[in-house]
Amino acid sequence: MGDITFLILKRLGFGLMTLLIVSIIIFFAVELLPGDIAETVLGQAATAETVEAFRNKIGLNRPAFVRYFEWLSGAVTGDFGVSLVTDNPVGTAIAERLSNTLFLATYAAVIAVPVAIFLGILVALLRNTIFDRLTNIATLASISSPEFFVAYILIIYLSVKTGLFPPIANLSGNMSFPELLNRTFLPALTLVLVTTAHMMRMTRAAIINLLAEPYIEMARMKGVSRWKVIVRHTLPNAWAPIITVVALNMAYLITGVVLVEVVFVYPGIGQLLVDAVSKRDFPIVQACCLIFAATFILLNLAADVGAILSNPRLRNPK
Amino acid sequence: MTIDVFVYFAALAFMLVLSVVKERRDLKIIWLFLLVGSILLLIFDKAYVVFTMITAAKVLAASMGAAFLFRLTLRHFVPADFVKEVVTLPLTAAFGLLVILITALTGIFAPWIAPFGEAEIVTSSFAPADQIHLMGSDQLGRDMFSRIVYGARNSVGLAFAATCLAFFVGASAGLMAAVKGGWFDQIAGRLADVIMSVPSLIFALLILSIFGTSIFVIILVAAAIYSPRVFRLARAVGRNTVVMEFIEAARLRGEGDWYLIRREILPNTTAPLIAELGLVFCYVFLLIAGLSFLGLGLQPPTADWGSMVRENAALISFGDVTPLIPASAIALLTISINFVVDWMLHRTSGLKE
Repeated sequence: MGDITFLILKRLGFGLMTLLIVSIIIFFAVELLPGDIAETVLGQAATAETVEAFRNKIGLNRPAFVRYFEWLSGAVTGDFGVSLVTDNPVGTAIAERLSNTLFLATYAAVIAVPVAIFLGILVALLRNTIFDRLTNIATLASISSPEFFVAYILIIYLSVKTGLFPPIANLSGNMSFPELLNRTFLPALTLVLVTTAHMMRMTRAAIINLLAEPYIEMARMKGVSRWKVIVRHTLPNAWAPIITVVALNMAYLITGVVLVEVVFVYPGIGQLLVDAVSKRDFPIVQACCLIFAATFILLNLAADVGAILSNPRLRNPK
Repeated sequence: MTIDVFVYFAALAFMLVLSVVKERRDLKIIWLFLLVGSILLLIFDKAYVVFTMITAAKVLAASMGAAFLFRLTLRHFVPADFVKEVVTLPLTAAFGLLVILITALTGIFAPWIAPFGEAEIVTSSFAPADQIHLMGSDQLGRDMFSRIVYGARNSVGLAFAATCLAFFVGASAGLMAAVKGGWFDQIAGRLADVIMSVPSLIFALLILSIFGTSIFVIILVAAAIYSPRVFRLARAVGRNTVVMEFIEAARLRGEGDWYLIRREILPNTTAPLIAELGLVFCYVFLLIAGLSFLGLGLQPPTADWGSMVRENAALISFGDVTPLIPASAIALLTISINFVVDWMLHRTSGLKE
């Protein structure tokens, strides 16, 4: 058991290191501003006194390293400073929207993962038939179209022409759970379509890679059915790549969610980030970027750890 | 419309009979499913679904026909060594090549093809399509077709410039890392790890919020985000080549690193690198389209496919498909490139499976 704990701890250490470096990049990228934050936010017309007063207010006069450590220790406890535009604390603005975004991503993942794995297995079973080729074309098309294209097609067909689902995902506090699921169905479906395709292809590839192994041939020769060969003999060995690809797609969901939230006017953290970027509200931009990057790194880490844990050779050392 | 429906059902029935005669079970299931499904939809008064399917079938048939004709024509224009490749080209890849070719030509000859200027206001806003304005007009009354044509130059050109930069930086660093190894390999590798550990769109948004949205910043950001991908692939394929005897022979001759990369390694790694070029172009193109869609890409009045979707998005709630035209142009190009890349990868992998 020692080996595997060591491996996982090593991965965790790497993950933390990466996160630290990324936080340094996020913080010091803003320091690269031509001039500084105060001059950028106040614009050309501001007098020297106003700029100086603003610098004092947000503490720009202290060295960058001190401010970085204050920002980082604040960020760990959920305090991201104060918005430059509204003067409200960034933490509270983000908290509610973060839970909305996490809800949307979970909603999409709960549908996408089982569907993708099931369809991937099915396509591996039907390989080299016309179904396989059609799915290949369809998944390739769905991977390579932009999220907003898929989203607008869904809006036109499932909302405007048929009226099945609302085209805009505006949330209010007192909605029942089924109502909430209905309101957020189209954004979730968009994310499902975009991620399922990739997961399906990888599941299919992982299974087909194993089908050439001698033990599969053995199983076929002793008369095991095609479905059983895949589910009982191939799948247990394919879990490692499948888990990796699932985790990577969850990480991809995090990026995809930004565009989807903007299309459906969903009050999530992605939309907050886009608004903050156009208003140049740096504390919010930094906070959102840190949260997105942390989630992304965490999910990549989960992919690594999952791959280690699902490898029987590592789990049961000799 | 009735003729269309008639032709549609006749074609389905014909294909069903054909697959029964040829004893293709998988095809039989598909045609039977489509036929029964369409009849059921007509019976249950969902005719508009059938009409949508007919339109989709027409588009599919037209693109397959175009791809087929393109393949037939292409074999007369390629050198003798490539004729076999062209004849065995899958229809999807032929279609992809055709779309890429058309987009490139449209982009290059944009001012001669477009009937109006890209920022010229020629009619009322949101005018429907007619003989003069082939795709209608946008929110300011500019001709949609002309803007799509100019978009092929602006959006694709921008993405192409960023891709070339990403590719040049990534491939030369990757091959250099494979040849040199040691500290250069280590540092470049760690740098690539850090850049790849931040989601691409988020990284782009962070940098654009700081430096503003100028063309140079967009190109640099996109190149910085995707060069690590190219770096990793180039390093991986480069390392497989570096261990070969002919590299050792060249080293013993006293050739320098740059010569090794250019004359010995690059010719042996072209196939995977060109496939990667296509993929990276897709990623860069989608990233820039996403940024434009968020209002952070090319600034108006420049015609750009991503921002055209955003500008006309309000029409969606009236069931108008105008915003889908630029969006589908983006999708069509990326899908086409992926079809071609898929075929190339399949070919170089020696038809595994």
